[in-house]
Amino acid sequence: MKLNKTIIALAISAVFLSACSDTDEKDANLTDGSQNANSGINDASTNGLNKGYGMNDSAMNGNGDYASTLGPEFNDPNNPLSKRTIYFMLDSSEVMPDFVNVISAHAQYLIANPAQHITLEGNTDERGSREYNIALGEQRAKSVSSMMKARGVSESQLNIVSYGEEKPAVIGDNESAWEKNRRVEIAYQPR
Amino acid sequence: MNFYNKVLFLVAFSLSIANSHAALTIEISEGVSSALPVAVVPFPSIGTSTNISAIVNSDLERCGYFKMMAEQAMPNKPNIASAVNFNEWQSANQNYLVIGQLIDVGGGQYNVQFQLFDVYKSAQLLGYRMTSSAADLRKTAHHISDLIFEKLTGKKGVFSGRIAYITTTNPGSKQQLQQLQIADADGFNPQTIASSVEPLMSPSWSPDGKKIAYVSFERKSAAIYVQTLANGERIRVAEFPGINGAPTWSPDGTRLALTLSKDGSPDIYTLNLSTRALTKITRSFSIDTEPSWSPDGSTIVFTSDRGGKPQIYMVPSQGGDEKRLTFSGSYNARASFSPDGRSLVMVHGNGNDYRIAIMDMANRSINVLTSGRSDESPSFAPNGSMILYASKKGGTGFLSAVSIDGKIQQKLVFNSGEVREPSWGP
Repeated sequence: MKLNKTIIALAISAVFLSACSDTDEKDANLTDGSQNANSGINDASTNGLNKGYGMNDSAMNGNGDYASTLGPEFNDPNNPLSKRTIYFMLDSSEVMPDFVNVISAHAQYLIANPAQHITLEGNTDERGSREYNIALGEQRAKSVSSMMKARGVSESQLNIVSYGEEKPAVIGDNESAWEKNRRVEIAYQPR
Repeated sequence: MNFYNKVLFLVAFSLSIANSHAALTIEISEGVSSALPVAVVPFPSIGTSTNISAIVNSDLERCGYFKMMAEQAMPNKPNIASAVNFNEWQSANQNYLVIGQLIDVGGGQYNVQFQLFDVYKSAQLLGYRMTSSAADLRKTAHHISDLIFEKLTGKKGVFSGRIAYITTTNPGSKQQLQQLQIADADGFNPQTIASSVEPLMSPSWSPDGKKIAYVSFERKSAAIYVQTLANGERIRVAEFPGINGAPTWSPDGTRLALTLSKDGSPDIYTLNLSTRALTKITRSFSIDTEPSWSPDGSTIVFTSDRGGKPQIYMVPSQGGDEKRLTFSGSYNARASFSPDGRSLVMVHGNGNDYRIAIMDMANRSINVLTSGRSDESPSFAPNGSMILYASKKGGTGFLSAVSIDGKIQQKLVFNSGEVREPSWGP
């Protein structure tokens, strides 16, 4: 039985006048050598992931983009240091082979610059329960942290925070949004 | 790659909260097929803008058990018992009739009286006279709804209760603001308890309804706060390295169960709120989180992926043998007990869809109650008859409620932005 009756209620008055936008991509570089067919991600989603790297430069990154001020190598799309987001498969905290070179590049930079600190921000997609996702996001950040430590980065340079599903890079309820949200962001901290 | 970064402009921001405004609009999407016809005759009210009979009518209509008579269809509008002609209400096919009135007794006080009649028996079922200040008239109206509901259904009403929830305004932008709010069960009287540009999570009511524990990332890492509603006093009770999450109150109000990952993997702890003593309850190397107490305080249920996928486990609240409870479905998480302790409500996933399910503790059978793709954060009403939960569609969150038999469904639409993590207060 459908009653379809609406309780008439006065709205809380919240007035926002804002012009907001996501990052627009001018030149989609869809052929990134760091992706390959063995990644378990199909071509379509690989394109999505490359776009996703732009999240470091977008309004979505609450920490700003300090890394882009560190040097030209952080902005050169051919340099793995320009990639500061590591993506994950559903319900997994295992680093995919495609992202090993990105993690290694950042590890090398940190070893060469021991005063530099980073925060590894673990994130998940929106599915499942929120606190479990906090735990999953932390596992992802710890996976990246372990790989960096294995390459010789000092633990004192690495900070971890998990936001679970609370800070999506992309809002949406489809796989193309979800795959961009299952991620660890490497956030360089101002020295 | 080149990107055009558009600059975000926040031109104006104004947020005003006035009493008696609603934050949520509640719609019934599905009611019981045997809804009882009830007529609530408008109460003559003098000198107040609070329309008590309209509030009672809304409460009863929203709950899904009753079919309310439209005012225009009423054969008569009596407000005292001697003016009631039961024959005309029988002819109008009404089972029950509510009449009443407000009398201004001066000094900002009102006498509110109402009577509930069984139309076919021509008999009074309830009759009350109560005093209310002008400011408390909404509360009084919800109390009347509770009394009528209990008389007609045998279950305690939940109209006087409050709910807590988290909202995001301007989601996805730099102007995103998160607010922990509490409101009356009908969405009116919203009050902001905490706000932050960083995430707020996991509100949990103290058993006496006077405090709320929650997680805030306002210091760029997770911390658990306990806040007293009456005076806003706030204490940071946990800020360890790593996860500080999922606080829930013990039924006696003395302890919080929570999740900490300070020793490595996330484990369940209890925190004595007066001594601040921390007791480690679980010690697995996998994820243990989302603790929730049994109503007698003896047991804690929690989510663990020690078996590979998240499932529900239980452990004595002092620590001890840990037992797996769920075996059906690839994903079971965030369980909490019904007020009578006989069932658990949880998020139940099959790999694609995440829905609200209820498990009978006696035979461990699981009954899926909802049909969304991404339903989460279930919370029992204090009377155990309804479950409030969060849904998402198109990436936007809203709240829904479902009766434990799945027959009654309500949608609670937040009137601005996004709303999630509902928690039904005592």
